[in-house]
Amino acid sequence: MEVDKKDENESESSEQVVNPWEVSAKDGGKIDYDKLIDKFGCQRLDESLIDRVQRLTSRQPHVFLRRGVFFAHRDFNEILDAYEKGDKFYLYTGRGPSSEALHLGHLIPFMFTKYLQEAFKVPLVIQLTDDEKCMWKNLSVEESQRLARENAKDIIACGFDVTKTFIFSDFDYVGGAFYKNMVKVSKCVTLNKAMGIFGFSGEDHIGKLSFPPVQAVPSFPSSFPHLFPGKDNLRCLIPCAIDQDPYFRMTRDVAPRLGYSKPALIESSFFPALQGENGKMSASDPNSAIYVTDTAKDIKNKINKYAFSGGQDSVEKHRELGANLEVDIPVKYLSFFLEDDSELEHIKKEYGEGRMLTGEVKKKLTEVLTEMVERHRRSRAAVTDEMVDAFMAVRPLPSMFE
Amino acid sequence: MGFSKDQLLNRLQELEIDYTKYEHPPVLTVEAQAKYVSSSEGALSKNLFFKDKKHRYYIVSAMVDTKVDMKVLSQRLGLGKGGIRMAPEEALTQLLQVSLECVTPFAVVNESARDVSLLLDQNFKNQKRCIFHPLSNEVSVSLNTSGLDKFLKSIERDPVYVDLEANPAVGKDQPPDLAVYVPSNSVVIPEISNETSTKQTPPPKSVSAEVKPVASGMPSDVSAKPSKPATKGKSVVVEKSTPLAFKNPEKFVEEIMDKTSALLLSEAKVENVEALAETLRKRLTSELTHLAIMYKNTAYTEGFHAGKHSQPKRL
Repeated sequence: MEVDKKDENESESSEQVVNPWEVSAKDGGKIDYDKLIDKFGCQRLDESLIDRVQRLTSRQPHVFLRRGVFFAHRDFNEILDAYEKGDKFYLYTGRGPSSEALHLGHLIPFMFTKYLQEAFKVPLVIQLTDDEKCMWKNLSVEESQRLARENAKDIIACGFDVTKTFIFSDFDYVGGAFYKNMVKVSKCVTLNKAMGIFGFSGEDHIGKLSFPPVQAVPSFPSSFPHLFPGKDNLRCLIPCAIDQDPYFRMTRDVAPRLGYSKPALIESSFFPALQGENGKMSASDPNSAIYVTDTAKDIKNKINKYAFSGGQDSVEKHRELGANLEVDIPVKYLSFFLEDDSELEHIKKEYGEGRMLTGEVKKKLTEVLTEMVERHRRSRAAVTDEMVDAFMAVRPLPSMFE
Repeated sequence: MGFSKDQLLNRLQELEIDYTKYEHPPVLTVEAQAKYVSSSEGALSKNLFFKDKKHRYYIVSAMVDTKVDMKVLSQRLGLGKGGIRMAPEEALTQLLQVSLECVTPFAVVNESARDVSLLLDQNFKNQKRCIFHPLSNEVSVSLNTSGLDKFLKSIERDPVYVDLEANPAVGKDQPPDLAVYVPSNSVVIPEISNETSTKQTPPPKSVSAEVKPVASGMPSDVSAKPSKPATKGKSVVVEKSTPLAFKNPEKFVEEIMDKTSALLLSEAKVENVEALAETLRKRLTSELTHLAIMYKNTAYTEGFHAGKHSQPKRL
């Protein structure tokens, strides 16, 4: 599963492109999320749903919900309806382990999923698509498996509960009931359809063509007989970035034909690069993102030097006109990671009206991110290979709904 | 038990050693310490605790800017290129009787550390004063090297100052110049197993003092491996994480109390107690929950390991 924002092609097209392998805005501008929702046919996550989540979970909704980071969904209201009646669900998310270097954008779906696990008290399966990376990034099998385990450590460090979480890598787990479902799904998708959804062509190797079912079937509880025996009607909720939508449109299309429930989705927008919305966040440019291995010094430096500022050129001009909050990256990042709503509002007001300067906003951001990265590093240091083995062991999870 | 900060400071006073004391919230890194003790008070130090393959331990105390190359050091000690690595946390707590974030030359005052070699940065001698933790990360003291020397001599240790950045050739005709500082006795610490190759530990010539009994139920090859991230990272400063807090109930509670009291102290000016309680709850809940989850995961992993390795019942 590719969850990070990538811009593979330099297409200054007249249409924006959003799919698992390419994300680019129209004419090099910003992504139009309203248009995207229209085109994909998913729903906006509105206030009423967020309130409902608050009521059902008796806790404040996650900062990503409050700030509209997770902004679109499919059938989330049905999940909530069922939950209200006492019918639980399970969570499914994943990562394509293409590199060892994880940045904050990569952590976002996991941070949100951890909140969902805690708030709703439901189990979670995490898929590491080492096979996909082996095929698409041309890694060796061993390397992709190694990266999967390394990434698993960072994922575990986000704070998932081992008694409710099953992490698996495709190379390890595909087979048995999982594979049976893969074949069932494959039978329902013609070559032409796959080419239409995913843009495959006659030049692509057949490995790529046969991958989509691998990402589809974790949506079906029968793929995990050791976890959900006899619970074929258990619903699935998939938190992911919106570029993954095509995989699950296909899955939702196929599900009824197999007699399975359609998975529900809750989707996030893209995390901007340090240089701005139009910038490309790429693993080859360490200054385009904050990495979980960055030191406090690195973070301070990157933010001060590379974070695109919406402030004016001179202090006088800034005091007069205020900052352009639309393009300002530090404020955007704070809206993702600063928990306190009133503090964020205050900063936006003061900065937008010119009373607060860029330096101060950047300082605050540096504090917030440093604390986050520090905490992640400490937790990561406590994740042993044995702990990874425990999370990845094919074992029952008796207290998964507690 | 180990020397306490107060006992140490009393000893310094008895010896009429001139020092200045700075109290501050617990600091886990040199950067944090620098916030509370400015460089005008003295040179901050970074303190590293190493071990070699034969279970001999070393404290290297250096100026923050001094480059400490572990490979070079290892060769100069006559241990080959990869002969030393960061010591695991259990060794730290048992031998030096301090927590991970306050390794300090003063730790050799403990009887348990008598076989630990102490190497001091030569550059300290050029400083008017240098700053170390006196066995607590809530206090820093600055003193002149002559004061430190006096203290070390009082516990029958020769102060050893070394040019840590030197990289002399080591070979047939040039013996390793620091080999003389390798401890003559190795120390056995139970409960750790970072030696994957040798199953049996070398027979100790002197039994390490204050060996704690192996905790019941904990399989001997569960390791916290706190040393790994430290060697992989680019900085040479002691890894300030506390993986022990995720394993050991006392440390776990200590971590919670530390965080809570730190927040309490910093928010003490709030008007009423209810508001304070509310703030504490708001600010700490997510962090402490996270801590608790890591604790739970660690315990589960240990159980998982035990399950994998448990032998079937004898009939």
